[in-house]
Amino acid sequence: MSGGATEVHELGFDHGVGRAASRTEEAEPQPSGLSMVVFSGDLDKVLAAMIIVNGAAAMDLPVSVFFTFWGLNVLRREHPANAEGKKTMIEGMFSRMMPRGAAHLQLSTLKMAGLGTRIMKREMSKKHVSSLQELLRSAQEQGVRFIACTMSMDLMGIRKEELIDGIHFGNVASFVDAADRSRISLFI
Amino acid sequence: MNAEELRSLKVDRVVDARGVACPGPLLEAKRSIPAVPLHGVMDVISSDEGTTEDVPLWAKKVGHEYLGTLAEPGLWHVYVRRGK
Repeated sequence: MSGGATEVHELGFDHGVGRAASRTEEAEPQPSGLSMVVFSGDLDKVLAAMIIVNGAAAMDLPVSVFFTFWGLNVLRREHPANAEGKKTMIEGMFSRMMPRGAAHLQLSTLKMAGLGTRIMKREMSKKHVSSLQELLRSAQEQGVRFIACTMSMDLMGIRKEELIDGIHFGNVASFVDAADRSRISLFI
Repeated sequence: MNAEELRSLKVDRVVDARGVACPGPLLEAKRSIPAVPLHGVMDVISSDEGTTEDVPLWAKKVGHEYLGTLAEPGLWHVYVRRGK
């Protein structure tokens, strides 16, 4: 029972006004900004992610986007220079079977063997919704930090030269650090 | 500002974002504001009603003044005064 009492006392101390006040005086910068994990490689999900990212950047939030697993495909170049030769058989298979870049992603639903994606893209252009490639470009122009997950790159045998320009490379600490300094964190 | 005041504003820059979907008009507004003189007025024309919420929220967040919106059939004029 005495242990419980100590605990209460400690809790009281931890959340004491004096401590809280001194904590704010330490000038820890208020977290602001948006950090996002793009795990999905589905066109619709990545589109939604990039619209949020562009909006946040327009509203002057610092934005970091961490691309991992299937999301890594978003950053692939359509025609990488001679990266195929160095791959193992499985890596080569990943390379061939996964979408090569933003232009090749498919919808998460209403796939209809690729027809759904084609129809959606036609509707998007008819209704002047920016393409995923345009949104990625405009995010980068606005200073959004794109981080490619190096663990996923190793796992799937994707090399740096196969990814688009202007991106950073990092692992979980890069994301956690960005997330720690941001107020909004999303996993897509 | 009421509609009459908005109509009589001296507009320094018109941003025609008609036909562009979200987040286009917001990005156009952000891109165009540096070309507006300080305390000058920008008129963002959009055919996407969402702009009437996006642009005021953006203005407030980044330090500009939202003046008001005039609706016309199928389009909206959103007025912002450059604050910084």
